Amino acid sequence: MSNQTTFGQKLKTYLNHPGSFITMLLVMLGAILTFSVLIFLIIYILINGIPYIKPSLFSFHYTSENASLMPALINTVIMTLLSLLIAVPFGIFAAIFLVEYAKRGNKFMNVIRLTTETLSGIPSIVYGLFGMLFFVNTLGWGFSLLAGAFTLAIMILPLIMRQTEESLKAVPDSYREGSFGLGAGKLRTVFRIVLPSAVPGILAGIILAIGRIVGETAALMYTAGTVAKVPSSIMGSGRTLAVHMYNLSSEGLYMDQAYATAVILLVLVVVINSISSVIARKLTKA
Amino acid sequence: MKSKAWTEKFMQGVFFIAACTSVLAVALICIFLFANGIPAMKEIGFVKFLTGTMWKPNNKIFGILPMIVGSIYVTAGAIIIGVPIGILTSVFMAMYCPKQIYKPLKAATELLAGIPSVVYGFFGLVVLVPVIRDLGQTMKNAGLVKSAGNGSSMLTASVLLGMMILPTIIGTTEAAIRAVPTHYYEGSLALGATHERSIFKVVIPAAKSGVIAGIVLGIGRAIGETMAVIMIAGNQPRMPQGLLKGIRTLTANIVIEMGYATDLHREALIATGVVLFVFILIINFSVALLNRGKDRE
Repeated sequence: MSNQTTFGQKLKTYLNHPGSFITMLLVMLGAILTFSVLIFLIIYILINGIPYIKPSLFSFHYTSENASLMPALINTVIMTLLSLLIAVPFGIFAAIFLVEYAKRGNKFMNVIRLTTETLSGIPSIVYGLFGMLFFVNTLGWGFSLLAGAFTLAIMILPLIMRQTEESLKAVPDSYREGSFGLGAGKLRTVFRIVLPSAVPGILAGIILAIGRIVGETAALMYTAGTVAKVPSSIMGSGRTLAVHMYNLSSEGLYMDQAYATAVILLVLVVVINSISSVIARKLTKA
Repeated sequence: MKSKAWTEKFMQGVFFIAACTSVLAVALICIFLFANGIPAMKEIGFVKFLTGTMWKPNNKIFGILPMIVGSIYVTAGAIIIGVPIGILTSVFMAMYCPKQIYKPLKAATELLAGIPSVVYGFFGLVVLVPVIRDLGQTMKNAGLVKSAGNGSSMLTASVLLGMMILPTIIGTTEAAIRAVPTHYYEGSLALGATHERSIFKVVIPAAKSGVIAGIVLGIGRAIGETMAVIMIAGNQPRMPQGLLKGIRTLTANIVIEMGYATDLHREALIATGVVLFVFILIINFSVALLNRGKDRE
């Protein structure tokens, strides 16, 4: 947006307008502060955590002598798969309805939109409370991976819905018209033409959702519980990596392991974020 | 042909039902929270519950005013710290940033949003808490405060939450700034205003509703944040006594005591969740109103 000016001209302007110069400095300072906080956080955790990453951390059993993170890591994978299994079909189907079927300006559409926005604004502890009251107590599932997964599924639903909606909307109408013109029905058009073109966007949304699941703590403490082993079935209680990390640091006995767990979490999140942005970039190129 | 039409109808029904899940979810969340929380509030007494300054579950005294005030204070602190930095950063991103470094910086702000709150909390615990503890000690030695505190305090929580709401504010504000038509900025330049003056006197006022929506979203994030706050705020259930003293938020109250609470105590915690939920609903509603106002313009 900035005009083509030489450095000398800029300097002259700033000399004539000291107020502008100070404002510019403040803007730079703000930006530097934001990014240095991020860099400091990442480097600090990496430097202090990497020395504690030892093979014993990846033993399959958690004992009081060896606070292994392996069971929590496995639980995280199970939890992620389960939540996605529940949320992704619902999210995609809901988005298909909103974009392909619903009539624009429908009152009911507004209700759906409003509730989806509400869902995305609810803090995770409220989801945790609801999960505890509904899945754990009322449905009688107890503290279990399943209860945790359902709670998280509701939490990531708006994210998946919105991403899918955006990608479906980005598919040009000519694709649909072409498909109709060749005699395909609505359903066939949606599944064979529209959905495949929207896959990258949907995928980016799912990966963002994985990031949220991996980092979630408050919604899981009272739904999936905090048992430090891999349960024998999805009806058993188990802690994910983030919950594991919270327990380690609040107990205060395993700070080394907490550092190491922080590194693993951070690396996971960085990887997940980069995959998502790579896919999103592919999308904008295409 | 008939079976095909039937599949079409059937799948449309499936899509419709899927679309209803979010409505159903919100309805269930409301019903279960209110049905479990309101009776406890009634039993304790609405006014006593909301304005009581004592929280002593063992003596059956349930007043959550300290937690309400605590949540409001740390949120206000987070806004004071996060909003100026966030807005300045978004101005940088939208109006100053050289094209070559824009993409990595944008990815960095997204990463800032993606870092789990336990990791933020842990960072606060091992970095911010000692710093604030030293600060308290220095201030005590200088005679500025009576007691130093142990580092887990309102100030610590505010600083950390200020960091955590940055991505929310940067994202919304940057989008709002970019949505302002370029000729506003160019017109201002043509009238002889500097780059900075054009941004802060013309572009940002034009982007006002988006900026405010970002701040309100930030408030929502700060007030709902749980794990990071628990790890660094001290969590004493008493009225806030100063920047360097510990406080407890609504969210912390729920997580800390839910593990062992029974009967009325447990219901009082759920009622705490109801109060939090109502705050969030109000915040969501104002964001929706702000966005609607923006669409109309």
